[in-house]
Amino acid sequence: MDERAGTPWLRYLAMGAVSLVMLYPLIWLVGATFKSNAEIFTEIGFIPSRISFEAYAKGWKTSTEYTFATYFLNSFLITLPRIVVTVISCVLVAYAFARFEFFAKKTLFAVMVGTMMLPLIVLRLPQYLMFREVGMLDSYWPLILPSAFATDTFFVFMLVQFLRGIPRDMEEAAMIDGCNAIQMLWHIIVPLLKPAIISVIVFQFIWTMNDFMGPLIYLASVEKYPVSLALKMSIGATEEVEWANVIAISVVALIPSVAVFFAAQKHFIEGATSSGIKG
Amino acid sequence: MYENRRLGFLFVLPFVLGVLLFKLFPFVMSFALSFTEYDVMDPPQYVGLQNYRELALEDPLFRQSLGVTLWFALLAVPARVGFALFVAHVLNARMRGINFFRSAFYLPSILGGSIATAVLWRFLFAKNGLVNGVLVQLGFEPVAWLADEHYSMWTIVLLFMWQFGSAMVIFLAALQNVPTSLYEAAEIDGASRWQQFWRITVPLITPVIFFNLIMQMVHAFQEFNAPYMVTEGGPLSSTYVLALYIYDQSFRYFNLGYGAALSWVLFAIVAGLAAFSFWSQKYWVFYAGEKEKSK
Repeated sequence: MDERAGTPWLRYLAMGAVSLVMLYPLIWLVGATFKSNAEIFTEIGFIPSRISFEAYAKGWKTSTEYTFATYFLNSFLITLPRIVVTVISCVLVAYAFARFEFFAKKTLFAVMVGTMMLPLIVLRLPQYLMFREVGMLDSYWPLILPSAFATDTFFVFMLVQFLRGIPRDMEEAAMIDGCNAIQMLWHIIVPLLKPAIISVIVFQFIWTMNDFMGPLIYLASVEKYPVSLALKMSIGATEEVEWANVIAISVVALIPSVAVFFAAQKHFIEGATSSGIKG
Repeated sequence: MYENRRLGFLFVLPFVLGVLLFKLFPFVMSFALSFTEYDVMDPPQYVGLQNYRELALEDPLFRQSLGVTLWFALLAVPARVGFALFVAHVLNARMRGINFFRSAFYLPSILGGSIATAVLWRFLFAKNGLVNGVLVQLGFEPVAWLADEHYSMWTIVLLFMWQFGSAMVIFLAALQNVPTSLYEAAEIDGASRWQQFWRITVPLITPVIFFNLIMQMVHAFQEFNAPYMVTEGGPLSSTYVLALYIYDQSFRYFNLGYGAALSWVLFAIVAGLAAFSFWSQKYWVFYAGEKEKSK
């Protein structure tokens, strides 16, 4: 840490300016959701001249036969199972990499790191054909199933790095007490990994909520659409976009991710920092 | 217990299966498909190198999208990484409220990839949007950000740059590991702040700069949501990135063979650039463990 005195007010000025430029658009947009369409396009101040939740009500209803309640439910139906299978598979695999010796361990680890850099877009098309072959199109399986096999290698990597930094004393003591591998995993490893697991949950929650191309490719029926696709539809539906409604619902769409972020931000940012990664 | 090789392999088995089934097999399959003509209805027809020949010689849209992608990466990656380093450097002091700034700057990285943000972005840069509103207040002419092909690229570059938070926290962690004693010694020798930054800070964090550049490059070459949602590839294909073209060929026109060939070109470029970066490391990346050797 740079402890020299320097000119602190200059730092504050610079950071204040940067945060204003970065966050003002968001603040302004939240303000815009209460404005009338006319006021949105003429005011650069964010405080609306009136408070109206009309845009929220209209946006929520959508131009389809479903409301955003359906789309949010769909998003959670994809996200929650995906988080569960991700955590289970990634913890198992990370445990193996960090503690065990086995056949071709070095090669497998290299493959894992390598796939982190593999552009997903190369795999989309064949994956689509595979899921089509087994009749899983227009279902949530293609969005969830791969995660059950620790294919989100970024998380495995993060957990391995975390586990490597933890001394083995407790595990050695447990082994002397006759603990088997499953007990060890459940009673020792998982509690130790807790901060890292929280990071996995938060990242996976936000990324899955944000995921757009996956649902776009695999889902055909509107009743199965998650929030991201429904939002896209609300823009495409009419030529004259009702901006206030669309913005209102976009703001609502961001709430779950923002809430999760603030609830877990400490673990989250530290997890991201210590493993050094992505976004 | 940890010497039990069978147990270890059992635990890693999900990953082995997952890589084979969802990574390696699709990877090989996409390569094979790139030598075929395939429209989902009829079985794939082997056509040899025809797809590659076509995209290299007869497809102006491919050339356009390749140029757009390279231009985007060239602008967006240094912009994001450079800005992240700048902010991390300023924040790297014992200052009150560092946690607030860290969270505030990280927030866009959380939201940035979502469609909701793309919608909002499109709105900010609309003809009467906030950005033009501010420009007019400051006495400038408004700019047709989304309708003018000279400016459209900047909207998605700015969106990419806006999400600098994750690169920033990685820099911040690295900066906090630079020993203060080095700066104190430099100060005694009369080095200016500017010299200290370039001669001490930057060389010591080159591994992290390298890591951020590589990861951000891989992201930039795959950028899809922003050009798809904010600019829709336009105007005049000025933001029609390769990822968008691959998506259109594969999932809209169902030219699967051609789409596969395009995606392999993208992969080859990313792999080539990554290989080049790894090779170039020996000239500029400085690993602490090798300090003595290089002297």
